[in-house]
Parts: sequence; C-alpha cells; structure tokens
Amino acid sequence: MTMKQHWLYLPATRRKLWIAGIAVLVLTVIAELFIHPHAYFLIAEFFGFFAVYGFLSCVILVVIANLLGWLLKRKDDYYDD
Amino acid sequence: MISYFHPALILIIGGLILPLLQSTWRSLLALLLPLSALVAIWSVPDGSHYSISFLSYELEPYRVDKLSRLFITVFSITAFTGVLYCYKQASSKELSAALVYAGSAIGVTLAADLVTLFVFWEIMALASTLVVWSARTSTSWYAGMRYVLIHLLGGVILMGGIAAYSQETGSIVFTVMNLESMSAWLILTGFLLNTGAPPLSAWIADAYPESSFSGMVFLSAFTTKTAIYVLLRGYPGTELLIYIGLFMIFYGIIYALLENDMRRILAYSIVNQVGFMVCGIGIGTELALNGAAAHAFTHIIYKALLLMSAGAVLYMTGKRKCTDLGGLFQTMPVTCICGIIGALSISSFPLTSGFVSKSMMTQATADGQMLVVWLLLQAASAGVFLHAGIKFPWYVFFQQDSGLRPPEAPLNMRLAMIFFSILCILIGIVPGVLYQLLPYSMNYIPYTFDHVLVQLQLLLFSGLAFFVMLPWMQRTLTISLDIDWFYRKALPNVAQMIIRLLSVAGAYLGTGGQKITGIFSDYIMRLYGPHGALSREIQTGVVVLLVVLMLGLYLLFYLITI
Repeated sequence: MTMKQHWLYLPATRRKLWIAGIAVLVLTVIAELFIHPHAYFLIAEFFGFFAVYGFLSCVILVVIANLLGWLLKRKDDYYDD
Repeated sequence: MISYFHPALILIIGGLILPLLQSTWRSLLALLLPLSALVAIWSVPDGSHYSISFLSYELEPYRVDKLSRLFITVFSITAFTGVLYCYKQASSKELSAALVYAGSAIGVTLAADLVTLFVFWEIMALASTLVVWSARTSTSWYAGMRYVLIHLLGGVILMGGIAAYSQETGSIVFTVMNLESMSAWLILTGFLLNTGAPPLSAWIADAYPESSFSGMVFLSAFTTKTAIYVLLRGYPGTELLIYIGLFMIFYGIIYALLENDMRRILAYSIVNQVGFMVCGIGIGTELALNGAAAHAFTHIIYKALLLMSAGAVLYMTGKRKCTDLGGLFQTMPVTCICGIIGALSISSFPLTSGFVSKSMMTQATADGQMLVVWLLLQAASAGVFLHAGIKFPWYVFFQQDSGLRPPEAPLNMRLAMIFFSILCILIGIVPGVLYQLLPYSMNYIPYTFDHVLVQLQLLLFSGLAFFVMLPWMQRTLTISLDIDWFYRKALPNVAQMIIRLLSVAGAYLGTGGQKITGIFSDYIMRLYGPHGALSREIQTGVVVLLVVLMLGLYLLFYLITI
C-alpha cells in the first residue's frame, strides 16, 4: 500500500516530541524550587516527591497488572460457545 | 395552584409516547423532554411537594433539596446531550428506553421514602436492560440477561431491607441509616450492587460495552450515579465504604490495563471513578461529601464524552478492539480532540472538570491526616491517567496507523461531543458554577500554584511511565477472568456434570435405575433447562409490556390518590 505517512508518525517528529516531553518534565520538577508545595504529610516534603511517586505508582500498577494477567487472561472468544 | 409536575414522570410518560410519533416529532420531543425536566426541577422551591397516603405510610415522591437538584441537573443535561448524540441514528425503541431510564433515575433521586425509591429503582433496572438490548445482537441479548438477573437480585435484597426497615422502625422515610440493624445492611448491599462494588463488579464491563454505540452513553450516566446519590444520602461517613471504594479504584485500573476492547476499558474505568466517590462518601467530612457529589457530576459528563467519542469510532468503523484501531486522528479530528478532552478530564488535569472535583476528596484525606488512604488515592490518580487518560486516546487515535480512514462522525454526534467538551473545560476554568450547586457550603480553592504543580508532576510522570512501559502494555486478543466466571462458566459446567453423572449412573443401574435417574434429570431439565419454567427467556416485548403495565398501575394509583 502506498499510503502517505502522516508527519506525526515520522521518526524525526517522534524524536522532537520526546525531547519536548522531557523538557516539560524537567521544568515541572525545577518549578518546585520556586513554588514550594504545601506538604500535608512528612513523606511529601521530599523534593520532587510527586514526580517520583507518580512514576513509581504507574510502574508498579503495570507490573501488578501484568502478573495478574498471567492468571486472568484468556482468549477473547473464551465465553463464546 | 396546580401541583408541580414530577420530572421523572415527564421523562417516563414522554418516553413511552415517543415510539408512537412520526420521526421529526419524535426527535423534537426526545430533545425537549430532558430540557423540560431540567426546567421543572429549577422552577420548584426546596421541600417535599407531594404526599400520598399509601396503606399506613406516607409516600413523598418529590423531595427537592440541593443534593437532589444537583443530580437531576446533570441527569437531565446528560439525557439531553445523549439524545442529541443519537436521535438520528438510534432506534426509536432505544430512545424511548433511554428516556424512561433517565426518568426512573430522576425518580429515585427525588424519592423521600423507600417505597417510591424502590419502584423507580426497579423501573431503572428494566429500562436499562432494554438499553443494553438495543444493540439487537445475540451477545447483547445474553449480556442483558445476565445484567438484569444481577439487578433483580439487587432489587430483591433491597426490597428485603426496606421491608425489614419499615417493620423495625415503623417508618419508610429515606434518611441517614446506621449499620446497627440487619435492614440497614441489606439496603446498603442493594445500593452497593448498583455501584459495581465487589464481589459483583463484572456486570458493568460485561453488559455496558455490548449495548449499541449510543446506548452505553446513557448506561454510564444513571445506574451507578443514582447509587452514589443514595449512598450520599443514606450512608455518609460509613468507614467500610472507604475500603470498598479503594478496592473498586484499583480493580478498575488493573482490569482496564489488561483490556483490549476500548469500550470495556472505559467500562472498567467507570468502576474506578465510582470507587473514588464511594471512598469519598466513606470519609464523610463535608468536604469529602461535596467532593463525591461534585465528582459524580463531572464524571457523568466526561465519561459520557469519552463514550461518545468511543461510540463515534464504533459507529464509523464497526471496531472496538485497540488491536484493530489506531491512527484515526487523521480523519476523525473532532472525535479525537473531544476524546482527548474527556481523557484529560477523567485524569484530573488542571483546567478540566475532574481537577476541581476529585481534588476535594484527596484534600479531605489530607485534612484528616489519613496517610495511607491519601497515598493510595494519589497512586490511583496517577493510575487513572495511565489506564484511561492516555491508554484510550493513544490506542484508538494514535499508536500504529491501522490504515482505517473513516469519515468524521455525523454532525449531531459532533455537536453533542463539542457541547460536553465545552462543559468539561468550563467547569475546570470556572469551578464556582459547580461549587455553588453542592450540598454543603465550603471555602475550597482548587487553583493554588502548588496544587497545580504537584498535580502536573504526578500526571506527567505517569505519562512518562506509560511510554517507558509501552512494551509491557502490548495489546493482546484477550479478556480477563472475573467473578462472572462462576456464573458463566463454573455453574453451567457443574450442571452439565450432574446431568452426565445421572445418565452414567442410570446406565450402570440398569432399566430400573434408568427410570429413576431419568425422572430426576427430566425434572431438573423441566425446571432449569433451556426451556424450563425457571429459565425461560422472556421476550423483549413481554418485558416492555410488563414495564408499561407497572407504570400504568402506578400512574392510575397516583391519579386516584392525588
């Protein structure tokens, strides 16, 4: 098939998006130097707590889901008789 | 002065008249009915507006206060937008069922006594089943059967609770319950069943995605949210609800992560979002209750928006699986952008409606110094972005180009999506419009620099996790087992085994024994077999007739006693 690839799928665009994304991530962490979050709990006082916590939570959730997937996943016609 | 017209009856009677009309009038009426309900609820003052004596009880079917007005406002707006979304495409039966369904949800919300509440609760179960069946496929037929059985079970438990409650207290007034009596537990169980609480959470992801492309928009809005409403009224501050809510939150995330079907992903995320509300009700402070109510309001809108976006994709391509989709942003830009706005709202991004509602509940846990619950809610907020916020738009509209080039959705569908997108952002930017409708007055400011910053950190780094873990998120052609395995697989297998055992035993015992076991298995088949008395399939028409009869009787009774 000769379908013209959308510019969003070009490797160059993809690389630019990654760079822009990482720049934004770095900015949100650096911003914490200027805006000190109100910590309601001791644990949340660490610099960049929410960034680390958000990332780790997701990694853990994906790992748990994958482990459970071993046990729970069936072919999607499992219930079709 | 004539008594106020009951908004639930506007929708139910109007919905029943609908199929009798010509198509133009039908569309017009279907659009006008929810708007009239909205006008009706805003033109009456607070208080109880009718009282009907029934046996020795007083029925109060029309109690208005801030909480009920909040829910009815969002119910009628969603019914209107849902109709706008599908009035040209959906069958008249579906529109009719959807409006009766919306009306019954409003009826539950306005009921100040448990008997009226129960009547509307059951109409809601039947009408929503008709909406599930509206897809008119065999899968939707069976899914609808399982759905209605679960809800009738919930109805029986609720009825038992109400009967016991009226016996114990001599009253049927629906007010705050305490969990010291059996009846309060039964009523709580009946309510919780409709939220998708464990162990029976599977019906949401089983039935909803099988409805028509538009049916799921209605289904997501009413059943679970009326359950939230009755919990808010009956069981605020019940600690157990915190744990049930947390379970639902993580159940929804994990199952959605495993899922391949875009509509089932969104169905699991209903359980997840309702879990936040249940948890908020369990926390029980005024801020948390306001948060739960506000979250119900915003969630109905953004979830309907997400489902309209998914429904448009299903309508245009006929496909639901992430493995078949991708790259649709190129030819369905409006559907894509509206889907992304819904996805950002469900993820509580700043400037969207989810941000101003969910944060109240997390704030309430912080105020109460509930560290563990707070940590779990924050982790869950990150997880929402992961399983719904990015996963849905990414796999449907981006990822690898599937080569599908469907045209953009029809105009009425686009208008409905654009309207709800605007609402999501409007509430996100001007939260005051929502806050003034909440039951308790409060002084909560969602937009502080530090709150926006930590939320952005949490979400954006979850986004990073998504793309870093992308190989782990590889879509597979699978479903995930749930509790429904017991009634869809295990029990039928056990029944098969018993029949086989009996026939083997019969053969072994010779003719005499065969007769006995034959009689026995015949008897079982007669009662429980595919055409048995206890499992005969009820036809849609019969159910509709039953609903109509029930409504007719109700109305008659209403008119006699008024």
